[in-house]
Amino acid sequence: MAAINREDVAHLARLAHIEMSAQELDRMAGELAVIVESVKSVSEAAGDDVPATSHPIPLTNVFREDVVGHTFTAEQSLSGAPDAAENRFKVPAILDEA
Amino acid sequence: MTELNTQDAAGLIRSSAATLAGKLAAGEVSAVEVTQAHLDRIAAVDGGERGVNAFLHVNTEEALAVAAEVDSIRTAGGAEAEKLHALAGVPIAVKDLIVTIGQPTTAGSKILEGWHSPYDATVVKRLRDARMPILGKTNLDEFAMGSSTEHSAYGPTRNPWDLDRIPGGSGGGSAAAVAAFEAPLALGTDTGGSIRQPGAVTGTVGVKPTYGSVSRYGAIAMASSLDQIGPVSRTVLDSALLHQVIGGHDPRDSTSLPDPLADLVAAASIGNVEGLRIGIIKELHGEGYQAGVENRFNESLELLKGAGAEIVEVSCPNFQYALGAYYLIMPSEASSNLAKFDGVRFGLRVLPKDAPLTIERVMGATRAAGFGDEVKRRIILGTYALSAGYYDAYYGSAQKVRTLVQRDFEAAFAKADVLISPTAPTTAFKLGEKLDDPLAMYLNDVATIPANLAGVPGLSLPGGLADEDGLPVGIQLLAPARQDARLYRVGAVLESLLEAKWGGPLLDQAPSLVELVETKVVEPVETLVETHGGSH
Repeated sequence: MAAINREDVAHLARLAHIEMSAQELDRMAGELAVIVESVKSVSEAAGDDVPATSHPIPLTNVFREDVVGHTFTAEQSLSGAPDAAENRFKVPAILDEA
Repeated sequence: MTELNTQDAAGLIRSSAATLAGKLAAGEVSAVEVTQAHLDRIAAVDGGERGVNAFLHVNTEEALAVAAEVDSIRTAGGAEAEKLHALAGVPIAVKDLIVTIGQPTTAGSKILEGWHSPYDATVVKRLRDARMPILGKTNLDEFAMGSSTEHSAYGPTRNPWDLDRIPGGSGGGSAAAVAAFEAPLALGTDTGGSIRQPGAVTGTVGVKPTYGSVSRYGAIAMASSLDQIGPVSRTVLDSALLHQVIGGHDPRDSTSLPDPLADLVAAASIGNVEGLRIGIIKELHGEGYQAGVENRFNESLELLKGAGAEIVEVSCPNFQYALGAYYLIMPSEASSNLAKFDGVRFGLRVLPKDAPLTIERVMGATRAAGFGDEVKRRIILGTYALSAGYYDAYYGSAQKVRTLVQRDFEAAFAKADVLISPTAPTTAFKLGEKLDDPLAMYLNDVATIPANLAGVPGLSLPGGLADEDGLPVGIQLLAPARQDARLYRVGAVLESLLEAKWGGPLLDQAPSLVELVETKVVEPVETLVETHGGSH
């Protein structure tokens, strides 16, 4: 497995929507390289015949009746929003040109 | 209501939840008196530069109102009084990862500062149904990511045994609150040991129930396939009592088990372990474990053996990969779960200083300012483990290790009814000691993580004090999935054997906190946390 470098971290930070300073990228790259190195052995632990476990206790699909249950009012839903208008979440422009 | 004298108040805060419940039912004390005594204790030891800092929010008004309600129902008598839950009027603290109406929920993060949930978690609803006054919300590592509570954006919690040391994490606030007699009970969450390891280092009891047996609805998710809410207390019986309040099926959590809850209180009252096979996990003690931890562990084994349990040795060879698998699965799930904190629907929004002011840049600036270093590390690590080209090698392999860990447990439980190990490899370390070394911090969870990967229940109880530093050591018990009752049976027996040896509860040996908080010179918190960007 490849080691993680500063460019990787910069790319991942963009994907994860976290702005990082040059200094932060340097530090994070060093720390993550150590962590990634330490978890490497995991890829050698199991053979192809071992199935993956995504959930510790097997449960089949859980459904409920298709009826309207409790719902939040618009006011409740928007109560923690940093910005709202006309019963909607208000966000900055989606496109660069705006 | 009569004014309590100091001695009465001291007696109340040191009482177990079971004792308080008995006194309340008998009318020897009122719920308001009990609640007020705990609020007074919080005021005396929690605040200020040298305080325990277990609470992020104290819920004085509501807690007293609920207590007054219980008192008036009890005074009125009749059917309503008959219907009161056994724990009605017994106060409790709630980890601030669990959402509550009427109190802020921060998850220990700046990104949720001042946020109020429009709904209650299912476990909180059940506390309200039982009329248990909620004293407040307890401190934690940001989004439950950490083993020391130093990653809280609101400053670390201090260990009541030594204010210069960590109370464990992520639920250090809940454990410290209970250890400091600020609350008889608390709720925690355990993703890799966040209930059990704080229990170990503070000399308290903490239980991670079988995955799915307590609803996760309303617990802010870190790693959904690992997270589990559970009880924190000073006695095994108290945890059983609380577990019965919060446990059982919840249609609002699609991973909630439909099984009825076993009678855990009855299990805690069985009082013998004769003929039970208790398995020592070869890989979870010895090398890497502090000598004093090993000594107390061996002492507990001797006591159980003396009580008629059969001690066997089991081997779980794949546990060597558990920590690595955990630190791939947990960040992967966390990176996905924390994507919702984007400055749109709740909490903080930070605008970038320069144009263009697009939503993407606002998200980047908001998450940069709102998340602390450990959260950022885990999000980046998870994004990496899930990215194309690495997914199979990292996340895929880790999920296979999960299968291997489950198989190890199955084989071990074929030979033993309950497994036993130290809860943590060391006693509480000093605040600041491991902040610059994330990997060293992660190693604290080495003995607790396998249970989360496999979904099996675990309980940590005080095993005594380490010879070399006089700090609490935790003993961990593990049982097969859905067999939580066995933990309470063995835990209660071991607890009574140990307390007979000590001549009382372990916390009787803890230093007097009021004195410590008021007089001891403690290094100011700010100088200890500057390396990870935490602030008050």
